[in-house]
This record gives sequence, C-alpha cells and structure tokens, in this order.
Amino acid sequence: MSAAFSLITALVAVIALVVISLIGVSAGLSSLFGVIIPYLAIAIFIIGVVWRIVEWGRVPVPFSIPTTCGQGYSLPWFKSAYFDCPHNRWGVIGRMALEILLFRSLFRNTKADLRENANLMYGSAKWLWLAGILFHYSFLTILVRHIRFFVEPIPAFVEILSKVDGFFEILVPTVFLTDVALLAAATYLFLRRVLIPQVRYISLPADYFPLFLILGIAVSGVLMRNVWKVDLLSVKQLAMGLFTFHPAVPQGIGPIFYVHLFLVSVLLAYFPFSKLMHAGGVFLSPTRNQANDSRMVRHVNPWNYPVKVHTYDEYENDFRKKMIEAGIPVEKEE
Amino acid sequence: MSLDKLPKPEQLVSDVNFKHVPDTPWMDTPTKFKEGTFSFPAHPKSLKYLGMANPRDWSPTDADWKLPDDWQDIIIKGIEERLHKYRSFRLFMDICVRCGACADKCHFYLGSGDPKNMPVLRAELIRSVYRKDFTLSGKILGKLAGGRKLTLDVLKEWFYYFFQCTECRRCSVFCPYGIDTAEITMIGRELLNLVGLNINWVLEPAANCFRTGNHLGIPPHGLLDMWDFMADDIETITGVKVDLPINKKGAEILFVTPSGDYFADPGTYTCMGYMMLFHQLGLDYTWSTYASEGGNFGLFTSHEMIKRLNAKIYAEAKRLGVKWILGGECGHMWRVIHQYMDTMNGPADFLEEPVSPITGTKFENSKATKMVHITEFTSDLIKNGKLKLDPSRNDRFRVTFHDSCNPARAAGLLDEPRYVLSQVCNNFFEMPENTIREQTFCCAGGAGLGNDENMEMRMRGGLPRANAVRHVRDKHDVNRLICMCAIDRATLTAMMHYWAPDVSVGGIHELVANALIMDGESERTDDLRGEPLKDDGEDEQDV
Repeated sequence: MSAAFSLITALVAVIALVVISLIGVSAGLSSLFGVIIPYLAIAIFIIGVVWRIVEWGRVPVPFSIPTTCGQGYSLPWFKSAYFDCPHNRWGVIGRMALEILLFRSLFRNTKADLRENANLMYGSAKWLWLAGILFHYSFLTILVRHIRFFVEPIPAFVEILSKVDGFFEILVPTVFLTDVALLAAATYLFLRRVLIPQVRYISLPADYFPLFLILGIAVSGVLMRNVWKVDLLSVKQLAMGLFTFHPAVPQGIGPIFYVHLFLVSVLLAYFPFSKLMHAGGVFLSPTRNQANDSRMVRHVNPWNYPVKVHTYDEYENDFRKKMIEAGIPVEKEE
Repeated sequence: MSLDKLPKPEQLVSDVNFKHVPDTPWMDTPTKFKEGTFSFPAHPKSLKYLGMANPRDWSPTDADWKLPDDWQDIIIKGIEERLHKYRSFRLFMDICVRCGACADKCHFYLGSGDPKNMPVLRAELIRSVYRKDFTLSGKILGKLAGGRKLTLDVLKEWFYYFFQCTECRRCSVFCPYGIDTAEITMIGRELLNLVGLNINWVLEPAANCFRTGNHLGIPPHGLLDMWDFMADDIETITGVKVDLPINKKGAEILFVTPSGDYFADPGTYTCMGYMMLFHQLGLDYTWSTYASEGGNFGLFTSHEMIKRLNAKIYAEAKRLGVKWILGGECGHMWRVIHQYMDTMNGPADFLEEPVSPITGTKFENSKATKMVHITEFTSDLIKNGKLKLDPSRNDRFRVTFHDSCNPARAAGLLDEPRYVLSQVCNNFFEMPENTIREQTFCCAGGAGLGNDENMEMRMRGGLPRANAVRHVRDKHDVNRLICMCAIDRATLTAMMHYWAPDVSVGGIHELVANALIMDGESERTDDLRGEPLKDDGEDEQDV
C-alpha cells in the first residue's frame, strides 16, 4: 500500500467522522452523540484496555532478557549503571520511571549520515524526543484541565493548572499553552511522517488515523473555545450529567461541541485496538522491566520442558577407544 | 564469495542513500536473492541428525523451495503457539508505533540502505501477517489495517531478512518501548525452521556441537592435539611448559570457551593466553572435551535448540564434580550463559557460589548460575595484585576495544574488559561514543551470518564498525582491534582486511599473556604470535 494511500485513507476517515457528527446533530440526534455514543466509547475503552493488558499479562515471560544499557552489577570497584542497567527492583522502578516519564530511550536518538568515502557520521537527533514529550505532557495537562467540566466545585489543582497553562493571557479567552504545544507537536509528528522518506515508507493508515483524530480533537476544542464559542455552562451540565449517571442533553450547544465529543469518543473506542496501547504495553516490556540479575537470581520459565540431549555416556560410547588411546580419562574402560 | 570479488571499499556502499526508498511499497517489493547477500541452506544430514523438519537439498534461488504442502498451517499454528509462550513476541507485535527511531540504528540498514533492514520493517514482515490472522481489525479490514496474507513470497522475504539480522539488539537500546528485534528474529527463525528453512552455517555447527561437543566437530583426541600444539607454542615462546588438565574429575573449576579459540588464528592466541594465566596461577581447573563449546548456535535456531546444546555445560560440571564454572571470551555464548542457561538447565544447586581461589573474592553477581566471565576473574586478580605484568611488552600495539553485542547489551560487561586492557597495555584509545559500549556496532557476522557466501552483506553491515575503527586508526594510529568474542575474532579479521587492512584483531587474554611475567620464563623476545615484541630498529634492551 502506498504512502499516499495510507495518508488519504486516514484523512478521509477522520473527515467522514466529522461529517457524520455534524449531520447527526443537525438531524436532532444530540442524545445519541451526547450520551449514548460517549457512554459506549468509555465502556469500550475501559473494558478494552483492561482486556488487552490482562491478555498480555497472561502470556508468560519465559526468559530474563533485559537490554543492558550500561555497566552491569559486578565487582565492587566497577560502578554499575543503576538505572540503565538495573540489578534490583528499585533500579528497575527507576528505569521504568525514566522511560515512562522522560522517554529515556528516545532521548538517546541519533541520526546517521553517510558522507564521502563511506564515512558514517552520527548527529544528535532530539526533535522526536522533544515532540513526543510535548505531545504527551500537553495531552495529559489538557485532560486534567477538563476535570473542571465534570465536578463542582472545581478542585484547586485544576484551577491552578489552568492558571499556569494560561499564564501569558494571550487573547480572550486565554489561549492555553498546552493547546498550542499539542497542536505544534502533533503537526511535527505528522510532518516528519510525511517528509522523512523512511518513516513515510513504513507508515500505515493506522499511523495517520490517530494523528488526524487527535489533531481534529484539538482543533475542534480550540475552535469552540476561541472562535465558535459554545455555552460552557450547558457543556458542563452535560458532562456532569454523564459523570453522575443522570444524563441530560441541554439545548443550544453548538454543533462544533458534538464534533469534538464524537472524535473523543472514537479515539476512546479505537484506543484498545490500536498502536495507542503502547501506553499500557510499555509497562510490560520485558527488555525494560526486568532486572539484569539473571546470574544472581534464578528466573523460572513456567513452560520449561525436557528436551533431547546428547548425554556424556552417548558421547563417550562414540569416542571411547580414541579417548583411551589419547590418554583422556574415561568413565568406562570398555 | 571471496573478498577480492567485491568492489573497492569506497565503492561498495556508493548505492546507499538514506533519503531514497524504493518506488514500490514494501509489501509489493519482491525479494531478490543476490549472490553475496544470503547464506546457503543447511545440508539435510545436519537436519536429520538433529531431528529437524523437512531435510532436503534446496536453494533460495530456486523457484520451488520444496516446502511441506501444509506449510502455511504450520507457520500460522507456530505463530499462535509462540504468541502464548513469549510475552516479548506478543507485545512487540502489538505496540510498535512506527516512529522510526530504530531505522538508522541497524548496521545492515546503514550498509545496505535497504528499508527492509530497518528494524521496524523487519518486524513488520511478521507483524503484517500477525495483523491479518490474529487481530480483529486485520481480519475485517485486511490490507487497510496493514495486514497481508502469508504467501510464498512473504516466506521467502522472511528467510532473506531474518537471516540478515545478527540479533545484536542495538535497535532495542533506542526503541522507546524496548522492542527487541532479536526476539522477533529468533521467533522468525523458529518459524522458518518448522518448515525446513535454515542455513548451513548455523545448523552444521549445531549438529557438530550436539555430537562432538563443539561446533567444528573435533573429536576428543583431536582437541587434545590442538591444545598440545598450543602448549608447545607457549613453551617455545616462554620456556614454560604449561599444565593441560583435561576432563579432570574433582578439579575446582571447569573452564569453557568457544571452540573458535582452539581452531583458528587469532583466537588460538587468546586460548594460549588462558592456558598461561591458569598455569601461572596454579589454578585447579580442567578443560572438557564433552563441553568443549561455549558458543551455542541454538541461539540462532530455536529456544529448544539453545537448551539442547547448552545442557552439556551443567551436565559436565556435575559429572566432573567441579565447584564452579569459568567462561572464556565469547559474545553470544555469554548471552546464553547470562540470560538463558540457569532458566533452561538449572538450578545449578550441585555447584558452589563462585569464589576466586587466588584472591578469595566472592563473585556475588553469579551466585545462582555459578559461572564467571574470564574478564571478571582477571580484573579481580589484577586489582588484588596477584599478577606480575609488564604492559610495555604490548607497546607495539595501539589498541582499541570493540564491545561485542551480547556482553554489552545482554549482560552489561563493559568496564571489566576495559580495566584489564588498561593494566596490560599502555596505548589504548576508545572509538567514538556512538559506536561503543551499549551503542556498539555488530561485526555483521554474528547469529550464523559469518559465512563466506554472505560476504557482500557482511562487509556492508560491517561498515559502521569498520568506519569507527578507521577513525581511531587515522587519528591515533591504532593498529590492534581487541574484542572478547570468537565470532568477532574471525569476522572482524576479514572486515579489517577489507576496510582497514593495517589493523589486526585479537583477544584480551592474548595481551594479558603477552604482559604476564611467568615464574621460570625465559626472556621474552616474541609475542604469542611469534612476532618480535619491539619493532625493528628499536630492539635495544630495557635497562
């Protein structure tokens, strides 16, 4: 499948989703798009994610296979890399925290360049790491900011976070830094997918689709906050109704809100069946979450089974005469 | 294919352009079996001996690969079985986001520019089939979900590219989720083996090892001759006649090293180094003819074959009644010893926790497996002042160190070899930081690919390592590339011959033994290779 096909398929799919929600709401299906679909999506998300993680968790880890990225635990005068090559549980927790919170491995990224006379050079390449960090932390901040719609009174940390996020007070209402960062990072991730030949070559519709979906969510969110303003009180009424299991659809919320909500619902429902599950999977990755202690602590394989081996007796039977002639000790002198 | 058939080094990779990808999408780009870039199939006799599937004569360049009629079923069932046995495989099928961070980390990609050598795409070769047959979206949407049917072309592609990966794990250092292509390739090769697709350079050594205890198929009396020959060489050079304990019951330590060390230069010099060291220490140890192989080509075949071949080491330790095991300089051997042996063939409760009889140091990091790496052992000796060393005997060498993939990325053995080197030679220079330690580049001949017919791909894949060696050669006049791996010692020798002809290759314990002052030795004029310790013209004696 060609690169263009992957991109266009995904784009068409997301545009179709936008159109579906617009048509649906204008046809008076606001309780379908405001209540039923969000509930379904959340149910699929929760059940799906739990199911996937349980499914992974049930598969055994037969061998201890950490990738060691530093000096291992050895004799006392060799300083071991406590986090990059952990030898105990605390080290592993540190390694996983660095991986999950700071994208440690991606931070190592380099870019190879082949110059004249078969000369290879490696340059620093931290942009992917930076975009990844910005993308994920902006997403997280935006999620936390959204708590304001679901509870009353609004928790203090949400208020503070929103204050900090809107610190520069550009425009009214304030443009949040994380909105800009998320859009910028997602755009970068999209552009590098299109512009870097190797990445374009490997990209599937499943790589473009979530990007477009998230871009669509972010754009619709910014639009309804800063351009086609929707009535936030009604939105909060709807959200709190959903959250407290007393769903009600207030009249007069602009269609852009339903586009936003529908795209979020699709993202939630799509999540467990997609590569987005890397979020759960990274915790289970055997090359990262095991300690490099396999010579110190025996690792047990639950499905270890006996195999056919060539025993010493069989070996000596093959070579006994020659061994005796050569003066090599044997078990049986014939 | 021999080296002289290849284009000149500067021209070999002139077709590589990282900005260029094929015009056709990868799923529609057929695999070409070009001479010099693939390995020959296994002889049926090796398969029969090991009881493996579908022994026959065939060639990758034939249209008919003589597969069993139900080969698709066999592979699909094989995938299903492994999805339930290996969390690594299952997870790595599911969580890749195709960010491409791994793309230019693979030496085969850097040297060939072939996008299917990008780790992400190598995994997608299987992942696409997994999506089609094992995921809901793939079953419904097929190609739209990135799925594809397992066809003969797909299988041929697997054979080509899973035998174009050395399981070096460099990509897994950079992957944000730790996806390890070695796991994918190991499973890929297991699947290929189910229908009789394998290479001779892996399975002949495996079959030999199963029968005779070593890859080269050397019978016990042959081993004795080889070791005797080395002992004679040692006597010629040092005047000391070393002990040669073989299959000695009740010895304290069993010593196991790759058979590459007995067989061919420059491995033999490292092997002589071990003998001299152990003799000087008066170590109560033994060689074994039955467990005469540290290497394990099962690692390049299947998990079951790892276990079948590895079983000899503990079995022999038990039979001989040793206390613990010491292991020589080898790469993939240490992957197996460190990460698989105890799980597969342990617990080693019949052995004792290793303690150096010379220094009394407990090797706490190997208290379960009871096997110690020779550089751990020697570091401890040097640190405790138990060796008399004259590093100036290695002054002719300007040394750099190649971290072998497995000790570096599967065990974390990085500083032990460097410490030993720092004590036995005076001129040491590191290669650039992106090419050493956990970021080290493979010799491109590991995992069974170090055969002659695959020479073009070896030299291409060797570019990143060779390039770094050329850098220190030009900058610091480096003339000796040290490594602690038998496959390295063989394949890097060819690689240097091609890419950097003035750099020779050797092991750590060769330099240790050059520097080692032995009791009763005659004055040393030659190194272990029989070459003068000093260059011509500067042979005046030290005062």
